Amino acid sequence: MNNKIVKYVITDLLRNRTIVGYTVLLLALSLGIFMMEDNADKSIASLLHVVLFVVPLVSIIFSTIYLYNSAEFIALLVSQPLKRQSIWFSIFLGLGAVMLLSFFIGVGVPTLLYASSPSGLMLIAGGLLLSLIFVSIALWTAVRIRDKSKGIGLAIILWLYFALIFDALLLFLLFQFADYPIENIMIGISMLNPIDITRILILLEIDLSAMMGYTGAIFREFFGTGGGMSLTLIVMLLWIAIPVGLSVRYFKRKDL
Amino acid sequence: MRNRLSFVWRISVGLWVISGAVHAKTIEVGQRQANKSIQAAVALANPGDTLIVHGGIYQEGNINITKGIVLIGKDGPVIDGQHKYEPISIRASDVTVQGFTIKNSGQSSMVDMAGIKIYNSSRVTIQDNILDNNFFGIYSQGSKNCLIKNNRLRAYGKAEQYIGNGIHAWKSDSLTIVGNEIIGHRDGIYLEFVTHTQVEDNLSSNNLRYGLHFMFSHNNAYYSNTFRANGAGVAVMYTKHVRMERNIFEENWGDAAYGLLLKDITDSHIQHNIFVKNTTAIFMEGSNRVQILENRFENNGWAIKIMTSCMDNTLTKNNFVQNTFDIATNGGRIANTFDGNYWDKYEGYDLDKNGIGDVPHHPVSLFSMLVERYPTVMLLFRSFMVTLFDRSEKMFPSLTPEKLKDDKPLMKSVIL
Repeated sequence: MNNKIVKYVITDLLRNRTIVGYTVLLLALSLGIFMMEDNADKSIASLLHVVLFVVPLVSIIFSTIYLYNSAEFIALLVSQPLKRQSIWFSIFLGLGAVMLLSFFIGVGVPTLLYASSPSGLMLIAGGLLLSLIFVSIALWTAVRIRDKSKGIGLAIILWLYFALIFDALLLFLLFQFADYPIENIMIGISMLNPIDITRILILLEIDLSAMMGYTGAIFREFFGTGGGMSLTLIVMLLWIAIPVGLSVRYFKRKDL
Repeated sequence: MRNRLSFVWRISVGLWVISGAVHAKTIEVGQRQANKSIQAAVALANPGDTLIVHGGIYQEGNINITKGIVLIGKDGPVIDGQHKYEPISIRASDVTVQGFTIKNSGQSSMVDMAGIKIYNSSRVTIQDNILDNNFFGIYSQGSKNCLIKNNRLRAYGKAEQYIGNGIHAWKSDSLTIVGNEIIGHRDGIYLEFVTHTQVEDNLSSNNLRYGLHFMFSHNNAYYSNTFRANGAGVAVMYTKHVRMERNIFEENWGDAAYGLLLKDITDSHIQHNIFVKNTTAIFMEGSNRVQILENRFENNGWAIKIMTSCMDNTLTKNNFVQNTFDIATNGGRIANTFDGNYWDKYEGYDLDKNGIGDVPHHPVSLFSMLVERYPTVMLLFRSFMVTLFDRSEKMFPSLTPEKLKDDKPLMKSVIL
C-alpha cells in the first residue's frame, strides 16, 4: 500500500464529474423517496431497488472505465521503484473509499436522518458492501482484458448477470425442483450472488411478517442467528477479497 | 275481631318471611375465625348466605358448592389444589366467587379439571379472581346466564397436551365473559356449542394454540378483545351469525398462524378490527355472506387469503397499509365483492377529484399467486426480475384473476 497513491486517486476521483453526479443522483432519489412517503419501511422498500440496481451498476462500470483511463498513469507508476502489489491495492483502496463515500452521502445520510431503524441500517450496510464488491469485480475484469471496449462490455454483462440473469436462473431452478425440499440448497445458491444476499437480509427486516411463513422461517432461522449472520458477513467479505486477490495475482505477472 | 286477628297474623308472617330473607347469614372463615375451613363453612351455610373468606392458604382438596351462596375473598385468600384436586366445583345456581387466588389444580386426561368449574348451573358469577397454574382455568359446562369478569388467568403450558384452555365453555348459553386476561394456556377462550354469548374486553396472549377458538357457537358477539402472539392466532369454525368488532389481532407469526382463521363461517360481521403484524391476517375458507367492513390491515405478510370456496362475502372500506401482499387466492373464480377499500399499493389516478380512483385496482399480484403455489419463490421477492413480472402482469393480466378487483378504490385511507 502506498498512501501517496491512495491520496492521489481519492483527490482525482473527488473532482470527477461522474462521481459528483452519482452522489447527487443518489441524494436526490433518497430524499425524494423519504419526503414523498411517510411510512419509513415503504421508503426503504423503494430505496432497495436503487441499492440493488444502481449501486452495483455504477460501481462496476465507473471503476472499469476509470481503470482503463488511468492505464498510462498505472504504467508510469509501475516504472517507478514501487511494488506492483502495493500500487494495485492503493488504487483499489482509493476507488473503494470514494464509492463508499458517495453511497454514504447519497443514501446513508438521508436514511440515518429519516429511517434509522434496523431495516435502514441493514440497507446502508448492504449498500456499502455492494459498492466495494463491485469495485473489486471491476478490478478483476479490467486487469484481465486489455481492450477497453471489451472490458466495459464484460463489466456490463457481469452486472446483468448478478442483477437479472442469476435470479432468472434461480427462478427456473425453483420451478424445476419445487417438489423437493430445496430451501437449504437455495440459501447456499443465493450466497453465490451478493445482490441476492443483500436483498434477502433487507427482506427479513421489512417483510418480517410474511417471512415468518414456513419457507421464510427457514431463511429466518439461518439469517436470524448469530452463526448464520457471521457466515453471511464472511461470504460478503470473500466477495470483496477474492476478485481483488485474483486481480493482484494477475497484475503482478501482467505484461503492461 | 277476626279481621284484626288475621291482619296481625298476616303481618307477623310477613315480617318473619322478610326478616328471614334479610337475615341471610354472613359466615366468616379464616385462621382467627370460628370457621377455619371453607368446606365446613359451606356445609353450615344456607342458600343466600355470604361467606367471607379471610387471607391465608386453604388446602382443602375439592371445595364442592351445592348451594346458592356468595363466596367473597378478603385480603387475597389462596385456594391451593395441590396439583391433585379441582379447587372449586360449582353445582348450584346463584353462586358468586369473588376475590380469590386459585392455583395448582390437578391435571388429568380423563376429566377436565379446572380452577373453577361450573356444572349445569345458572346465574353464577366468577369475578376478580386470580387463577394461577391451573389445568383448565374457568370451565362452564351446560350453564346459563353466567358472568365471568375481570379474572387474571395464567398458566405455564409447555405442550398442548399438558395444558387446558383458559376460559372453556361447552354447551352453555348467554354467558358474559368480560375483562379477563388469559396468558399461557392452550386456547385462551374456547367455546363449543355456546350461544348468545358476549365476549368483551379480554386480553388473550401467548397461549400455545389459539387466542380464541370457537366451533358451532352461533349468535355470539366478540367486542374489543386483544389477541396477541398466540401460537396459531384465532380460529373460528362452523358457526353462523358471529359479530366481531373492535378487536385487535397482532403478532400471530408462523406458517400455520392466522390473525383470524374463518372456516365455514356464515352470515357474520367483522367490523372495526385492527390486524397488525400477522403472517396471515385473515384466512377464509368455505365462508359465505361475511361482511368485512372498516378494518385496518397493517404490516401483515398477507392481509387476506381468500379461498375460492368462499362466496358472497363483502369487503368494504377497509384500509390495507404496508402489507407484503394484500390479497391472495388459490384460483380464478371469484364470487366476492371488493368495493371502496383503500389500498396503499394502488397506482391509479383520480381526475375528477371525487376521492375514488378512476381505474380499478387489482389487489392480487402475480407473485402472490406464485408464492401460493411454490412457497420457496419467496426467496426472490423484491428482486428486479419479480418486479418486472409483476409490472407486465399488471398491464396485461393473464394469470391473476381478472375479476378480483376493486372498482372504486379510495384515494385516501378511511378514517376509523
